Amino acid sequence: MWTLAFFAAPFIAMAVVSLTSHDGGGGLTFANYQQFFANPSYTQALVNSLEVTLIVTVVSILLAYPFAWILAEQIPERWQRLALILAVLPFWTSYVVRSYSWLLVLAEKGVVNNTLVQLGLIAEPIQLANTRFTTVTGFVHFFVMLLTLTIFANLKQLSPSYRKAAADLGAGPVRTFLHVVLPLTFPGIMVGAFLTFVLAIGDYITPQILGGNNELLMPQLIMLQIGRRGDFPLASALSILLMAVVTVAYLASARWLKIERA
Amino acid sequence: MKSLSGALRKLALSATALIGLALSPAFAEDINALVWCDHSDPNFLKPFEDATGIKVNVKEFEGTGAGLAILDQSQPGEWDVMVIDSVDVRRGVDKKLFEPLPEDKLPFGDLYKEVTLDAFTKIDGKRYGITEKFGYNTIGFNNTKVDPADMQSLQSLVGDKYKGRIAIYDYYLPVIGMAALAAGKKTAELTEADLPAIKEVLLKMKANAKLVGEVTASQTALATGEVDILVGGGEWVTAGLAKENPALDFSIPKEGGILWSQSLAMLSASQKKDAALKFIQYVLSPEGQARLATSSCYWGMPANQKAALTDEQKKVLRYDDQPDFLARAQLYPAPDEKLDKQMQDVWTEMLQAQ
Repeated sequence: MWTLAFFAAPFIAMAVVSLTSHDGGGGLTFANYQQFFANPSYTQALVNSLEVTLIVTVVSILLAYPFAWILAEQIPERWQRLALILAVLPFWTSYVVRSYSWLLVLAEKGVVNNTLVQLGLIAEPIQLANTRFTTVTGFVHFFVMLLTLTIFANLKQLSPSYRKAAADLGAGPVRTFLHVVLPLTFPGIMVGAFLTFVLAIGDYITPQILGGNNELLMPQLIMLQIGRRGDFPLASALSILLMAVVTVAYLASARWLKIERA
Repeated sequence: MKSLSGALRKLALSATALIGLALSPAFAEDINALVWCDHSDPNFLKPFEDATGIKVNVKEFEGTGAGLAILDQSQPGEWDVMVIDSVDVRRGVDKKLFEPLPEDKLPFGDLYKEVTLDAFTKIDGKRYGITEKFGYNTIGFNNTKVDPADMQSLQSLVGDKYKGRIAIYDYYLPVIGMAALAAGKKTAELTEADLPAIKEVLLKMKANAKLVGEVTASQTALATGEVDILVGGGEWVTAGLAKENPALDFSIPKEGGILWSQSLAMLSASQKKDAALKFIQYVLSPEGQARLATSSCYWGMPANQKAALTDEQKKVLRYDDQPDFLARAQLYPAPDEKLDKQMQDVWTEMLQAQ
């Protein structure tokens, strides 16, 4: 009932609205979808969204995995709880405040530019804020923590006997990690990666605040249709397309997870 | 002991609740207003509430489309008053949302004639919107970082001199209006045929811009020195920051600026039309106008020439320059549905341009 009321029904309503036209005339039409594929600026928004989200997901995994491994393997058990609390601290701050903080840190007169200039690494401040780099940074800051938690949980569930068995069979630490630990923690990586992908690709706030509107991502394109014109049919069509991308990502993740389980 | 402490706790909570009720002002009536952020300032609302006993419950929105969507999703009679772009009043009238306003009970004679925009606010001889505040989308700048003489021409925005030092206000209509002025066109006569020239100007502006930001982002960028020029800026950006940063300034270049104008409308389904009218009368009164003009969210020129502004506030708002500014300002673009969509697509293309 919950899923029906809060997912299926709104989804069907949105799908129907996406097949109507903004001027209210005519019956059901695919014009909004045709409009998306016919306008390079619109398709570019999807490309931008995919690029940013994939970069964020990959960078977050690369940073989160060693972090989770250190937490699970190198930190003594009694300190792990405190370390985890410290790791998730960014979750406790306002999303908007955190984004604006990054903007200030990366601004022309911000901490990063000032430090680089004082160290003599750059002669003049460079543009870090209001770029894709800033958007990715803001996202990664958040999602590294999310991925760390899922991978950490997976690593903690891993029985030490797997590694002992690998060692008994002559595998060194690197080989054990690549052929035993990494494959067994793949479900944790995929769960975190999927969550990262879904949350990042649908996020409006981070690219809007940090990206400086120097490129449009799908959520921004959707909001643009609503702000003044109130073009809900086109906004719905764009949202359905975004959901289609998320569905594909889910199917891809599910397939991987299934293979791993097998 | 446990039951005693529980009883004491209940008693303490009840007493606190009673004290809270006693301290909170009692309102005889309340109205619901869909507003822009400048109307949420307690310094603006409280004097009205204290004087009339009418509580004003506000909900902020941005963009006419979003505002009309809220009305669509609400029960009839839920909202009493709405703030709307003057050029968009007709959109509400077409949906039969607005009530004609009694001109004889409002100070129309005291308003700047140039900002009432009768073509948009008066339909079939009935007035549905009354202008409460106006200003200009033009060039906002830091006068210690740029040559103020350069800010007298829109061509400075498309040349190389200020490359990387410009922010663009993220709202397509006024900035497209400015691009039209830079291309030598009149905003009141824009057609589809003008869009290529407008796009060319927009792309040049974008190439010079560091960011395209909404109100807060663009204001912050100018105030913190991240950029020195704000395309689409004006008194709404600089006046409120004048005390902290007197170097922030704005110009109406020789090509002109874009006149923005916000109106108040009464909802036809309102069950509290008398209270709603009292609120509109307050907003248009000299005191209400001064408070709205200097709201903490953003400043703007009061539509009523008798607004009770201090000399300092008038100076910051360039009160004495208004006749000249108004003479040189051009109309906010008011495209029909088809042209509006085309303009938004040009804007989208500009945003995506690298």
